[in-house]
Amino acid sequence: MFPVSGVPRFGLMIGFQPFSLKRSITKILAGKGLAGEVLARWYNPAWRNTAVQVLFVLVLAAILAILGWNLRANMLARNIPTDFSFWNDTAGFDINQTPIAYSPLSTYGRAFFVGLLNTLIVAAIALVLTTIIGVIVGIGRLAENRLVSLLAATYVEVLRNIPLLLQLLFWYNAILKPLPGPRQSLIMPLGAVLNNRGLFLPRPSFEAGAAGVAGALAIGLALAYLVWHFSILKPGWPRNLLILLLAVGPAIGFSLHMPPLALDFPILKGFNYAGGFRVSPEFVALLLGLSLYTAAFIAEIVRAGINSVPRGQSEAAASLGLPPGLTMRLIILPQALRVVIPPLTSQYLNLVKNSSLAVFIGYPDLVQVFTGTVLNQTGAAVQVILITMAVYLGLSLMISFAMNHLNRRMAFVER
Amino acid sequence: MASNSIAPGGTYLSHKNAPVLPPPKQKDAWWERLRRSFFGTPLSAFLTLLSSGLILWLTPDLLRFVLFDAVWNAPDGEACRVPGAGACWAFVWHKLPYFIFGSYPEHERWRVVVTLVLGALLLAWLLWPQKMGKHPDKPFAAALLFLVYPLVALVLLLGAPIFGLPMVDTDLWGGIFLSLVVAGVGIVVSMPLGIILALGRRSSLPVIALASTSFIEFVRGVPMITVLFMANFMLPLFLPETVHIDRLSRPLVGVALFASAYMAEVVRGGLQAVPKGQYEGSAALGFTTWQSLRLVILPQAIVHVIPGIVNTFIGLFKDTTLVAIVGIFDFLRTVETARLDPVWAGPTISATGYLFAALFYGTICFGMSRYSIGIERRLAERKKGRVA
Repeated sequence: MFPVSGVPRFGLMIGFQPFSLKRSITKILAGKGLAGEVLARWYNPAWRNTAVQVLFVLVLAAILAILGWNLRANMLARNIPTDFSFWNDTAGFDINQTPIAYSPLSTYGRAFFVGLLNTLIVAAIALVLTTIIGVIVGIGRLAENRLVSLLAATYVEVLRNIPLLLQLLFWYNAILKPLPGPRQSLIMPLGAVLNNRGLFLPRPSFEAGAAGVAGALAIGLALAYLVWHFSILKPGWPRNLLILLLAVGPAIGFSLHMPPLALDFPILKGFNYAGGFRVSPEFVALLLGLSLYTAAFIAEIVRAGINSVPRGQSEAAASLGLPPGLTMRLIILPQALRVVIPPLTSQYLNLVKNSSLAVFIGYPDLVQVFTGTVLNQTGAAVQVILITMAVYLGLSLMISFAMNHLNRRMAFVER
Repeated sequence: MASNSIAPGGTYLSHKNAPVLPPPKQKDAWWERLRRSFFGTPLSAFLTLLSSGLILWLTPDLLRFVLFDAVWNAPDGEACRVPGAGACWAFVWHKLPYFIFGSYPEHERWRVVVTLVLGALLLAWLLWPQKMGKHPDKPFAAALLFLVYPLVALVLLLGAPIFGLPMVDTDLWGGIFLSLVVAGVGIVVSMPLGIILALGRRSSLPVIALASTSFIEFVRGVPMITVLFMANFMLPLFLPETVHIDRLSRPLVGVALFASAYMAEVVRGGLQAVPKGQYEGSAALGFTTWQSLRLVILPQAIVHVIPGIVNTFIGLFKDTTLVAIVGIFDFLRTVETARLDPVWAGPTISATGYLFAALFYGTICFGMSRYSIGIERRLAERKKGRVA
């Protein structure tokens, strides 16, 4: 009945027990000193569990102590700084994207914050972009139109099976670097310009009318909300259109009277563009790579989420006369969202962690500036790496916390 | 449109009767079905036009670059620099030995080939789907692949003067073969370590559970690059000064630890999927904890999460490209080096190199994901009892 060897077989046991090393040792050592004590109690699960854990802690502590001792000895022997005093030393290197004031005369601490902010900027924009692309592609894969679903499926299979690093290098070295110089720039819509120096966007600046337009917008929105909330408009009127007009009409009217924004367009001056807002090619490559790659995974999550809503839901909605668009918005998406949020969270976490690949194409993010340049200049490897890890752990925790909060709000409320 | 709306509170109101629809036809003509699929609604028609426009716009350029205008045969970069020339496949062909073997000495490369073929055969044996009821030989294959093969590979690749194989310094290793070594080490170490960590996380002993959980969550919370930095810069500092740790071994340790944390989470999912009755049943039969884990729980848990394990391997394989940051010449790094070779430098070289690398990674990862989907389907059918 027990074909598996090593399993105890049951049968009559008369006066004879097969030889057991454990039992023999127990017998020999019984009542003899510490080993006898341990063996005698070994068959008490509570005692054994405690003993195993104490032993585990002792071994772990011993290993950590040895590693720590080696670390100290090695650092002293190699003249590696053991404290954080480098934080206030002059950095002496420049960074090509500085959201806060920074110069080579600034401190390493300042460089850390520049890198951290650059990481946050690219991650935040990529998160928004990747969600939009991912949702569109995910819904596209489920489209009845075969051409659309084929395109979406190709997108997903190509993008998610190629390493992100390869995609980043491709965007940066094969697409953005060989672009023509400023004189032969590609002219993009809305006055943007693309060349091998980067992407030049018109820079908006606020004008005198800005406050007025903001006020008009606020009044319009309040009016529209009141009209919508108290159902003032009779059924049969084009209600959505009227409410939209009420909301943005005053603002549009006021801005025609007094423009709120002026756009500073990039203009070719000499050998380069002046004015406008320059986005470095490194940033464009990282943003493109991160958002397109993560979007492939998000698309699959969205598809699985929509598929998880039973067919009966959309059929019931259709039989109630709900048009397809509203069925999607009111019936399918809210239910799909519950399934989507947990895996979406882990994709967001991946995106933030993957933004560290910036170091390969020279975008000055936290890893490139701090774990790269600062580590090389100061030699304070342990401190720098631990700080970097702590920052990413903190970011991960913050995103998890926010998404868990959203998940709880979305969770199915059961009676 | 105007008469249907959402009232406050999300209630949907319809103010007129829906139009009476004709009864569905028994069977549509094929052109009717085609029309409905591609031009059924205005939006669908618009998307059809948009996507066919996109395809018609991109495909000819792509085909011209990859096939028709491509340079297939050239002694150097001269022919590829001609304006209008497409992909420079001659470049890939000339650099292929470097892409595969890195700087591994030419007359010793047979050792790499033998190692790779041996590994491929063992892997095929392990992964080949097996009919139920036959005597299982997979544990034997797994033991060979996970215990014996790494030693054989180590001797073959590194060399052993006793067997007449001269030593080859790891500084000379590179290319596709090194990428496979990194991925292989990650897989071989992360499987057992991941299982141990997963068991630790589910342990009833709070200290063990806390230690395992902390390790897993810490590694999963930080980018792989920082783990590689840690392995490269901090590992030598943790060891006594007399111990020299090889430049290749450091990132290997990092990759193995990183993969283990992810593997642990996959295995934990499998452990959670094993019904409680299995634990209780094996305990009632008199199995000790370890016997029950080895003979009852783990076989079910692992089989259950094979798709998840394969997906982790896909991620691991793509992540091997990151070891370049600590100066390891993996496949992608050899492409990066080769494309800057002045003999071949030209406007299409970068794109050609990346295209080749994309084909390589894409094919392998796509193949693995298909395998994972196939296994998933088999497991689902086995659950329903369709497959004996």
